[in-house]
Amino acid sequence: MPVIEANNIGKKYNINHRQGGYITLRDVLTNVFSNPFKFLKQKVKTVAGLTKNEEFWALKDISFNVEKGEVIGIIGRNGAGKSTLLKILSQITPPTTGEIKINGRVGSLLEVGTGFHPELSGRENIFLNGAILGMKKSEIVKKFDEIVEFAGIEKFLDTPVKYYSSGMYVRLAFSVAAHMEPDVLIIDEVLAVGDADFQKKCLGKMDEITKKEGRTILFVSHNMEAIKQLCKRCILLDKGEVKMIGETKEIVENYLNVSSIQQVFTPIKIKEIDAVVTKIVINESESGRVFPGKPMKIDIEIEAEHEVDNIGIQIMISHDDTSGCVFVTNTNTIKGLDFIIKTGSNHFVCFINSFNLCSGRYRFGFAIDIPFVKLYYYDTNLFSFDVLETIFENSKLPTLPIYGHVYLDHNWQ
Amino acid sequence: MVTIIRPKKIISFEDFKEIWQYRELLFFFAWRDLKVRYKQTAIGVAWALFQPFFTMVVFSVFFGGLIKIPTDGIPYPIFVFVGLLIWQFFSTSLTDASNSLIVNQSIVTKVYFPRLLLPISTILVKFVDFFIASIILVGLMIYYQYIPNLSGLLILPLLLIISFFAALGGGLILASINVKYRDVRYALPFFIQILMFLTPVIYPPSIAGKYAWILSINPMTGVIKAARSALLGGAPINWELLGISGVACFILLIVGFIYFKKTERYFADII
Repeated sequence: MPVIEANNIGKKYNINHRQGGYITLRDVLTNVFSNPFKFLKQKVKTVAGLTKNEEFWALKDISFNVEKGEVIGIIGRNGAGKSTLLKILSQITPPTTGEIKINGRVGSLLEVGTGFHPELSGRENIFLNGAILGMKKSEIVKKFDEIVEFAGIEKFLDTPVKYYSSGMYVRLAFSVAAHMEPDVLIIDEVLAVGDADFQKKCLGKMDEITKKEGRTILFVSHNMEAIKQLCKRCILLDKGEVKMIGETKEIVENYLNVSSIQQVFTPIKIKEIDAVVTKIVINESESGRVFPGKPMKIDIEIEAEHEVDNIGIQIMISHDDTSGCVFVTNTNTIKGLDFIIKTGSNHFVCFINSFNLCSGRYRFGFAIDIPFVKLYYYDTNLFSFDVLETIFENSKLPTLPIYGHVYLDHNWQ
Repeated sequence: MVTIIRPKKIISFEDFKEIWQYRELLFFFAWRDLKVRYKQTAIGVAWALFQPFFTMVVFSVFFGGLIKIPTDGIPYPIFVFVGLLIWQFFSTSLTDASNSLIVNQSIVTKVYFPRLLLPISTILVKFVDFFIASIILVGLMIYYQYIPNLSGLLILPLLLIISFFAALGGGLILASINVKYRDVRYALPFFIQILMFLTPVIYPPSIAGKYAWILSINPMTGVIKAARSALLGGAPINWELLGISGVACFILLIVGFIYFKKTERYFADII
């Protein structure tokens, strides 16, 4: 008997479109006075629901089953419909079509700190938040000490939450939620907050919940490592439809394959020097994969109408979660390199001997400049590329960011 | 416990069971509102006494002292206070209930619980305010040496219940509309001001002479008249009027409940 049975779920939204450019207050006012009857008629029609709105199907024909004790990941691009599906499962919004049967008590964690009130103390908020999440008062009282310990805020228990640092806030919020005990737990990307330490703690706690207590969990995340660590099966959503359901490994690969198309690159025109960057390719193919510790080749092709000398070609690599570049290289800062852009076709190659950063999503940035003098082009976020997980030959661990962000070639004696 | 989620929802007995299941959360919301109100204030709960007291003083000076509204021999302060007490309960309940959903927007979009809990919890808070303010009433009755008879006292819970029905019924309808059209939030204070003058709070209904029956259309008229009769003597309680008011408020509650339940599911989408 499956714990969750979903059949033909669909969710439709109506999108309002502004009629005839009433965008600014000035426009509205002039329209009201120049033709009051038309304005009134339009308003009445809108209020009475007679205007035609565009339909947007956020979810279409979603069907799946979840057995008791399973941990299922729900992954997909932004806008695929993951959060909408969770909202429907949590009964926050009704489906437009279809039916879901859930066998057991549902607890949803769509956001940390739901219902926290800044004026109340930590202690009071634990009770409030717990009650909102569905815990009975007796349950909260029983688990109170555990919750405080996990969050590590015993000293500040009676200060109003508005005085907490963001880290403390998030720790407390997660701690309350982690002690929910529903039959079915639904989690939406809440692990995206907090520092690395905290994220590690959360992953650990979630691991404990799933393994020890045999709870059924639906987990939405963009963090493929977390998904792989916790979920046996996955549902891949794409543009509101179920693309694939199956074993995590297969689904994640499929997802990453699709998403590395983000490498697709549109030519950049650089007017000032009459040149066009026609191609930037990583590892020789549009779906070229990058692995930690392995070489990375970046090919850049530029078509120029005339020669430009004293030029610097710059590559910037940044990590999706941090601001600021992790790695920058500019041809003009390296001794002995005197790159110029010739008339016609130019082909520059950058070889990174060993990409010593851990798996995750990175952003590729590109710039052309006369160093310290003039910037012809600069964009730190030209496209994203995923660095996939690997296990180094002499390592027992995969290259996940929780084991360190950088891999330095090293030796123990 | 099996939950079935479908596009259409039929109002059923399950809905009442659900509210009972979530009763703890109901009290948590009321507790939260009460706690937060007096946080970081110096005199705290004393504010709940000040407002009705000073309103009564100001009204007594102007309407009782200067304008001299006739009140059938009852001293104006206590006459107006009985009216004020009930009116404050009704009007603030109606206002807060109407705003309860949008004020709690953040949890409405993130967690499931029967949305009915929100308007009801705001009115629970108003009950507390009512009881605190009635301390002043007790003080006034001692001062003016009024002793209500027993049947008078017994009728008070009934009056409260009728006011509760009216405030909740109206509040549910307005809260649902408020989610989509925030105009309610701006229009309501204005209408409540007007409504206060259409209810015999600061004056007795007899002042309208032969048009007094128009005032009786307002269900709160019956309630306030009966409260004055019960506590202060004077005219006997008009049971007919009170009965009609009671039935009208109950119907308002039913209508409010049905409208709220029908629109409830889409709150998270349009709030």
